[in-house]
Amino acid sequence: MKPEELNTPHDPTWCPACGNFGIWIALKKAITELNLDPNHVAVSYGIGCSGNENNFVKTYAFHSLHGRALPPAAGIKFANDALTVLAIGGDGDAYGEGGNHFIHACKNNYDITYLVHDNQLYSLTTGQASPTSQKGMATTTTPEGIIEDPLNPISLALAANATFVARGFSGRADHLSGLIKQAIQHKGFSFIDILQNCVTFNKLNTFQFFNQRIYDMNAEGYEANDRQKAHAKAMEWGDRIPIGIFYQEEKPSYNSVVSQKRNGTLVEQSLEKADLTPNFEKMV
Amino acid sequence: MSIKPTVNDLNWKIAGEAGYGIKSIGLMFSKICARGGLHIFDYSEYPSLIRGGHNTYQVNVGSEEKWSPKIAVNLLVALDQLTIDLHKDELEEGGGLIYDNEDKKIDVSVIDAKKYNLFPIPLTKLAEAAGGKKVMRNSVALGASVGLISYDFELLKAMIKDEFRRKGDEIVDLNIKIAEAGYNYVRDNFNVEKFPFKLKPIKGPKQMVLTANEAIGMGAIVAGCKFMSAYPMTPFTSILHYLAANGEKHNILVKQTEDEISAITMALGASFAGVRAMTGTSGGGFSLMVEALGLSGITETPIVIAEVMRPGPATGLPTWTEQSDLQFLIHASQGEFPRIIIAPGDVREAFYATQHAFNLAEKYQLPVFILSDKFISESNKSEEFFETDKLKIERGALVSDVELKKIKKFKRYKFTDTGISPRSIPGQPGGMHNANSDEHDEFGYSSEDAENRARMVEKRALKIEEAQKELPDPVLYGPENSDVTIISWGSTKGPILEAMKLCERDKQKVNFLHIAYVFPFPDEKVKAIIRKAKNIVLVENNFTAQLGSLIREFTGEEIENKLLKYSGRQFYPSEIQGYISDILKN
Repeated sequence: MKPEELNTPHDPTWCPACGNFGIWIALKKAITELNLDPNHVAVSYGIGCSGNENNFVKTYAFHSLHGRALPPAAGIKFANDALTVLAIGGDGDAYGEGGNHFIHACKNNYDITYLVHDNQLYSLTTGQASPTSQKGMATTTTPEGIIEDPLNPISLALAANATFVARGFSGRADHLSGLIKQAIQHKGFSFIDILQNCVTFNKLNTFQFFNQRIYDMNAEGYEANDRQKAHAKAMEWGDRIPIGIFYQEEKPSYNSVVSQKRNGTLVEQSLEKADLTPNFEKMV
Repeated sequence: MSIKPTVNDLNWKIAGEAGYGIKSIGLMFSKICARGGLHIFDYSEYPSLIRGGHNTYQVNVGSEEKWSPKIAVNLLVALDQLTIDLHKDELEEGGGLIYDNEDKKIDVSVIDAKKYNLFPIPLTKLAEAAGGKKVMRNSVALGASVGLISYDFELLKAMIKDEFRRKGDEIVDLNIKIAEAGYNYVRDNFNVEKFPFKLKPIKGPKQMVLTANEAIGMGAIVAGCKFMSAYPMTPFTSILHYLAANGEKHNILVKQTEDEISAITMALGASFAGVRAMTGTSGGGFSLMVEALGLSGITETPIVIAEVMRPGPATGLPTWTEQSDLQFLIHASQGEFPRIIIAPGDVREAFYATQHAFNLAEKYQLPVFILSDKFISESNKSEEFFETDKLKIERGALVSDVELKKIKKFKRYKFTDTGISPRSIPGQPGGMHNANSDEHDEFGYSSEDAENRARMVEKRALKIEEAQKELPDPVLYGPENSDVTIISWGSTKGPILEAMKLCERDKQKVNFLHIAYVFPFPDEKVKAIIRKAKNIVLVENNFTAQLGSLIREFTGEEIENKLLKYSGRQFYPSEIQGYISDILKN
């Protein structure tokens, strides 16, 4: 299967040169390179430019609400463990509206992959500040500049015990596609914060801004097996910005240990009459 | 004091400070009555605290079916002075008061010994003498109660055995000894034959003692619910507990989520992926779920939501009751889309309604509510085992892999005569689609086309017309013709049925239309009853007469006689009869 076969009849509606194109290409490439049957892939989308991707990737899709990409993804995986399940959202989705779900998905270690299109801005709503917008940035809601420091998604995921924590860049589609492949193959919650440019509204964190600063930390010898080191690495943000895997840990996923799986996935269970007699007897 | 002896019609009540084991003793009393073939309805009041605060448990028991608690108490167990202060006026003439006469904090001088039977029993001393601790004096009181009403002590013995079996013989024997101490003390020290209120076991089918919340849990199990995600909130939480406890046995995955928004959207994800899924909460939690109700509506993803009401707004009264969320559920979420609301009136209805809710949710691909409240969800009623043989699982328009193979381009949101479209689930080859919260075309792709939008709105609305054809009508209780017709919905059913017994006793002709399938509103049936009725009385556990508004909206009829209660307490039958008597006088 070729990545183009995952296209739908609808062309992407993103602005020309939007970072979403790179992420879109990387995702399709990862799915095809892993030889996944798109009938067995389910993606839950949030709301925003990233969420609009629901119309452009031919898999089973659940287009959820703003901030709510993760819980349906967890629900889909609970229902059918045999599926490959991804959640896709933006920085507002993931770290603003859906912050609580993000923390708990990390902690719960659901066996799903979370791709966050992080353009440091609310773009579909024409450019308001997001949780990851740079301090001082003037936006439509912060005309005098953002007062506070941005949230650090990598540190947050690490603090919440995520078992796969990575960062990619939309401008390095091949590297990103490799990360997505590893994330999908990871047993447990895998999270990639994907830096991307917004050509229309974000004039600070442009393609050039990232392109000049990012470097592949794993290629430079950083090993992703130490939580302490990962915490330190997560703080690196300046002239050099690391991409790659910060931390990965093998730990049984939530889905792999629930007892309800013993007779196959939930969706395979027979719905035919449960015998309630013992339940009735207990009430006597 | 000469009171006519009464056999098998008793209202027993125990009260004291939280932490005295009042709930467990109360439930045992309910169960030994039901095991003796008698019918019970029990009711408990407690504040939103873990320790301290005043707890009560009362059991209305008799040879006829019991539908609600009543005020007049025949035998009161006071574990502290506050119980006497708060409940002495509830004692019926000839009624008995059990108290610890060696507890120096208890003063019974306010009780008229000529009107009531005082039973001073050294509860703590007896518990300790039998080898127990002070907290076990409630067991002494239970044994004493059984002795005073001349009930069968063997039933209590067997109950204790069942209750404590897991803890070993020693604990079983100790508890029997303690209950026996109370039983023997009253037989030795009082002339129990003279106490006018007695219970005698009768023959009858085996009975359960359970709450509507437990019945909802059972209904979900038998419906094949395989996934529940929820966040705890009183008084819904015991449904979550019940399904969690049954999760392993019945293969139901129960997930406590980080919040209610996650709870409902996770259940929607599971449902999208093809399992029967539910969530539940109380009004406050449902406030958080509201956005996802619309998500179910537009993606046409089935879901069952158990909303167990308590008085609001905001935190309100966490452990008390009210019927104030009906209009909220009808109007929750932006936009227009169909939903079904079932408000069961008792535990039996709660069981069948829940099983039915899963069928309706899947057949019509929409959200279905079980709307209950603290009153029935935490009160126990005796019931024969539910009949499950005739229950069917209907999954609606799920397409098979074979059918999908014949379809070239699968349209998940296909326009049809009924508005119901075929539904595939992830993993099925050829069924790929986009369950889209944006307005969408027949495939699920986002579409802002005007004509498509209008057709989609109509398609979703059409489903409810189809559903209405199979939704059960409201039920008329009592004679076809009457002087007063009561109309109500949900949990007020029990107190109203009990009030009707009082009316019948007093030769008042009353009937009652109970609406369980409350939305979509059964306008034709309600209109027909209203047009026939001489005097109509609306009974609701809320301030704004929410059913009354619905009746006005859908039938054009205004009901003037409204009996509304919003004190956080449910109706007592005597209050309802009092209102009816006033109507009949005028």
